[in-house]
Amino acid sequence: MNTATHTLDPHGAHAAAPTGILRWLTTTNHKDIGTMYMTFSLLMFFVGGAMILAVRAELFQPGLQLMKPEFFNQLIGVHALVMIFAALMPAATGFANWMIPLMIGAPDMALPRLNNWGFWLLPPAAILLTLPFVLALFGIGDGAVATGWTLYAPLSVQGGIGVDFAIFAIHILGVSSIMGSINIIATILNMRAPGMTLMQMPLFCWGWLVTAVLLIITLPVLAGGVTMLLTDRHFGTHFFDAAGGGDPILFQHLFWFFGHPEVYILLLPVWGLMPHVLSTFTRKPIYGHTAQVWSFIAIGVLGLVVWAHHFLTAGLPVPALLYFMYSTMSISLPLAVLFFCWIATMWRGAMSFETPMLFAVGFIVLFGIAGLTGLVLADVAADAQYHHSYFVVAHFHYALFTGGIMGVMTGVYYWLPKWTGHMYSEKLGKLHFWLTVVSFNLTFMPQFFLGLAGMPRRIPDYALQFAEFNAISTVGSFILGLSQLIFAYNIWRCVKGGEKASNTVWEGTSGLEWELSSPPPHHSWETQPVIKA
Amino acid sequence: MREAALPPPRRHGRLVVRLLLLAAAFFGFGFALVPLYDTLCAAIGFNGKTLKDAIAAKDLPPSAINYQRKLGVQFTSTLMPGLPWEIRPLEPAIEIHPGELRTTRFLVRNLSDQTIVGQAVPSVTPTVAARHFRKLDCFCFTQQTLAPGESREMALTFIVDGDIGDEISELTLAYAFFPAPKDPG
Repeated sequence: MNTATHTLDPHGAHAAAPTGILRWLTTTNHKDIGTMYMTFSLLMFFVGGAMILAVRAELFQPGLQLMKPEFFNQLIGVHALVMIFAALMPAATGFANWMIPLMIGAPDMALPRLNNWGFWLLPPAAILLTLPFVLALFGIGDGAVATGWTLYAPLSVQGGIGVDFAIFAIHILGVSSIMGSINIIATILNMRAPGMTLMQMPLFCWGWLVTAVLLIITLPVLAGGVTMLLTDRHFGTHFFDAAGGGDPILFQHLFWFFGHPEVYILLLPVWGLMPHVLSTFTRKPIYGHTAQVWSFIAIGVLGLVVWAHHFLTAGLPVPALLYFMYSTMSISLPLAVLFFCWIATMWRGAMSFETPMLFAVGFIVLFGIAGLTGLVLADVAADAQYHHSYFVVAHFHYALFTGGIMGVMTGVYYWLPKWTGHMYSEKLGKLHFWLTVVSFNLTFMPQFFLGLAGMPRRIPDYALQFAEFNAISTVGSFILGLSQLIFAYNIWRCVKGGEKASNTVWEGTSGLEWELSSPPPHHSWETQPVIKA
Repeated sequence: MREAALPPPRRHGRLVVRLLLLAAAFFGFGFALVPLYDTLCAAIGFNGKTLKDAIAAKDLPPSAINYQRKLGVQFTSTLMPGLPWEIRPLEPAIEIHPGELRTTRFLVRNLSDQTIVGQAVPSVTPTVAARHFRKLDCFCFTQQTLAPGESREMALTFIVDGDIGDEISELTLAYAFFPAPKDPG
């Protein structure tokens, strides 16, 4: 790899940048915007976490202790929407903003102003989602959306103003995500350093490229679906009203046409960053770069055609059941390729276990459990028993907490020294990891057993035989929630100061982003590097 | 080190427009799914949806009645919330031959002191039998208005066509009676 000059100079004219709050409101710098995304995500992670801790507190014992069932229903739905749309997706977009230009040798994102707008749509959307809680305190409306995050009709057609707030929040979040995706695709396709072919492009960028395409394909369908919901609620249409010739099951199709690819939208950026971390801490090149690229693409394509496995019990005809079962199970093939590539990258490497590596290995083990239990759920015969039980709750938290959030934590610990120029506290990082892993399993492993024993999800009260596992799960969830304060404190400390990080930060890094200083200058790669094959 | 020649600045406009069009197309696709889904359901009987419109007697397949075969047909009915009515099939279960024209009746009564409009929505189980269940006349084709306290026998005339699969020996027709939507669509 040879660095040569190759000037784009997109920043020529704005030497006099505003300071203070105006800087953040008007910034078009990919690093500033990435930082805002990450900060917003961390904040909403705690908001969504506080909601679910209230839920777990209610579930500590059978019976109703702390809240009315209506409020319980609002908490679980908004928890999911906040965690998915306001915590996990912005975290991935924050990574993309920070790292894609650095990794491909571009001076900034392709559409910097759109980038700024994309971020600043998020806070209003988050406010819309949570405002009905506050309004209810003043006697306006009956609280936030209480349908669960899936907004199934006809319940959502009958729901209170919280549903309308959620619909508009989804519209705004959708616009923001689509703008972000267009920006990322344009950056990746048009602004790679001269000589960097698509196939040579780092895997993190590949994961994001597939994610961005999935977002552009599926989010508009969700937007359409919730728009129909809105017109059903207020304008006399009957898209989901059986008496008017509509069909409530249609909503499930529209929702999950988006909802299933959404799982991969959340996970692909993490799968993309994992090989970089594994390669760094085993001091070996990534195994199977090309195989992983094609696995990403295969999972993206397959992910678009398996949506109905989320409602296998809704009364689909047998041929459809068989199709959705086999197509769902077939996703485990490209996913297995990824797992083998990750393991092969580690194979006989000179491994060391700094915090990012701990999280990466923890991710592989726990995310594997998500994959295996997913196979069980995809089985039509078994799903009849497990559907809508706590088994499903445990399964998708193994997928989205360990696959998604622990993946994001891997990336944060891995790149934080690059972003801030300081090392975080390794001691606190390791403490955070062990507390997280142990308490996560303490929280969610019992939920598998609860589901197998027949406890349905989304209920505030339950039969006495479920009491012990629920108590364990609640204790675990509080340890899990409180351990995240260590994470926040460690980030805060690292931003404020600490041991100076070198350019390469870690011993085994490779890639353009590590050739820049830590932290990188405000404007980087204004002279694009030239990649020689 | 060598100075790379300055490339012409990349324009993103065309790519952005194409991606926006892709997003718009999938927004449209979401709405296209509405008729597409209805057509699919009617064609293959997904969800147990029966064909929406009546068929005339002259359109019936001229297949002879298959006296060799007997089919059990059961009728059930549910009232959806907000409809203070009573409904029950006068014949909960009957036996018919494929190809045989039959009429059965449901007793419907308005228990309230108000005139109420209702709409029945049919569903057939097993779902694959739905497209073989042909209705010549049905009270579910239109909305039904009942005066306070009025009761009425509502008729269903149907035929189960002869090419229904041999594996099916029994089918159930369920009616869900909804309060009619305020603005009929």
